[in-house]
Amino acid sequence: MLLNDEERAMLNGEQGKVLQMAMRHQVQVGEFFGAHDLVPVTQAHIMADTESLGQAGVMWLERLSELSDGRHSVCIPTITDPRGTDFAKANELGQRDWMIELERRTIHAFERLGVSMTDTCINYQTVLAATRGEHVAFGDTGVVIYSNSVSGARTNFEGGPSALSAGLTGRTPRYGYHLDEKRRATMRFRVDFTPRTLNEWGALGGVIGRLAGNYWQVPVIEGIEVAPTSDELKHFGAAMASFGSIALFHMVGVTPEAARIEDVGGDRLPVHHRIGRAEVEALTASYAVAKKVDVVVFSAPQLSLYELRALAEICEGRTFKVPMLAITSPQVAPDAERFGYTRRIESAGGTVLAGMCFYQSYAREMSEAKGWKNLATNSAKLVNILGGYGYTPMLASMQACVNAAETGELA
Amino acid sequence: MNKIVLTARHALGNKVSAEALVAKDGFSARYDLNRLEGVFSRPSHKLVGQSYIGRILVLDTAKGGVASAWMLHEMQSRNMAPVAIVFNTVNPILAQGAALGNISMLAGFDCDVTEVVPQGAFVEIDPQAKTLSVLRAAAGESASVTFAQGQQSTSTVHMKPTHR
Repeated sequence: MLLNDEERAMLNGEQGKVLQMAMRHQVQVGEFFGAHDLVPVTQAHIMADTESLGQAGVMWLERLSELSDGRHSVCIPTITDPRGTDFAKANELGQRDWMIELERRTIHAFERLGVSMTDTCINYQTVLAATRGEHVAFGDTGVVIYSNSVSGARTNFEGGPSALSAGLTGRTPRYGYHLDEKRRATMRFRVDFTPRTLNEWGALGGVIGRLAGNYWQVPVIEGIEVAPTSDELKHFGAAMASFGSIALFHMVGVTPEAARIEDVGGDRLPVHHRIGRAEVEALTASYAVAKKVDVVVFSAPQLSLYELRALAEICEGRTFKVPMLAITSPQVAPDAERFGYTRRIESAGGTVLAGMCFYQSYAREMSEAKGWKNLATNSAKLVNILGGYGYTPMLASMQACVNAAETGELA
Repeated sequence: MNKIVLTARHALGNKVSAEALVAKDGFSARYDLNRLEGVFSRPSHKLVGQSYIGRILVLDTAKGGVASAWMLHEMQSRNMAPVAIVFNTVNPILAQGAALGNISMLAGFDCDVTEVVPQGAFVEIDPQAKTLSVLRAAAGESASVTFAQGQQSTSTVHMKPTHR
């Protein structure tokens, strides 16, 4: 890889061990993918819940944060994905003291490195949305696909160590979706069905993700007949990224790089697949394997203020039989309290949590501690993830999920 | 026996050898594994219930989210990791995780690696040479292995990548 003098100095340890570690990691990854050089980035977003890090990852972070030679803090705005708990409500989730202690140690290490603990996977709705053409280093696949596709920014999937490295060096290897040629459409989808609910948007994203199949495919989608909202595209993209490891899509007439299909080369592609209501319903039906529900979860991605408002309206006047968790970001939570949404949800027996995400919060251990197995959600991303954690996840609308919280059964 | 040698476009890590665990399926440490027990746990995964510890995983494509970038390191710290992972198609997360976790990795072949490498075969990964070599077939199996790309010769079969 071509490095300039400053980058070479980092690699040689002339700017301290922290930057040397970061640059070594970036060169190793960059050379793996044949990157020609590094590209300056303006923001980084780090996924680092402690279920993923484990004891080893926390100790790795602590060792890094305790090095004191040279610069040892990030040089660009660097923020975090959800944590593994809501500290105020960890007991309600059946989380153990050792989990909370790992989280506290991780936060301490990140703060020593100058990282801002935003604890959100919806930073594009709440913190600082990336702009068209802006090179960034984002973790969380939902953040990446939204920023690439809807905002027109440029990022690959950056796992925790790589995003932290980018925050420290202010650069990332230039490969994949930082390059014009990789952003062209590779698969063309014709959609004959425009979703109406968030779970339908998620299911449509899941169908396309599954068909596209791997990280290097760039779907272009025709036929959407509305201007989708930010929350709809959030669920659509998050599910596509989850089911297919997809990092970028174009939606003709909607996303900024595809005002016309020919802008992304889609006109030269055959229609790979036509997708209608039947495909979306089939994906949903494939998860409808039980009626009894142990827990209802709204999460993945964290809820926006207006998702919480909609949820509060549906919860009005009900009394829940089974736990219902609604998970949002620390930025949204204070407004949800001010506007009374939290009170209305919790009056029905629900719980509003902030700064975590369900699947990043020791989901297997929560299942064992609380006896939760059958889970209803309106998040297609969440149903795709939780099977491996021992849950039987079911996908339904927000309305149907709230009904299930009240009756204990998903109709 | 006949020796198969496959050449990859992408490689990192150290030379290792172990028994291959092969499936035409995806891989995500978060979605697919019970990392405490060291087995595939996703009910729909083709390797569900099988241990990956100390094996060379030969799989189709990297899947899922960004957690694998930390998780491979965590699995390695408890000596409950695969020794190498081989993909037809990799994503950045698995490469980043392999780099942090010091797990050897190859990806990008001009054949379907999951069809060429026999289940249970003893294979060697050489990241410096970017090669995967099938050293011997699975115990109890015939010494002959599936020829790649229809070749019938008894000499080493070299499969080099096409550059894209």
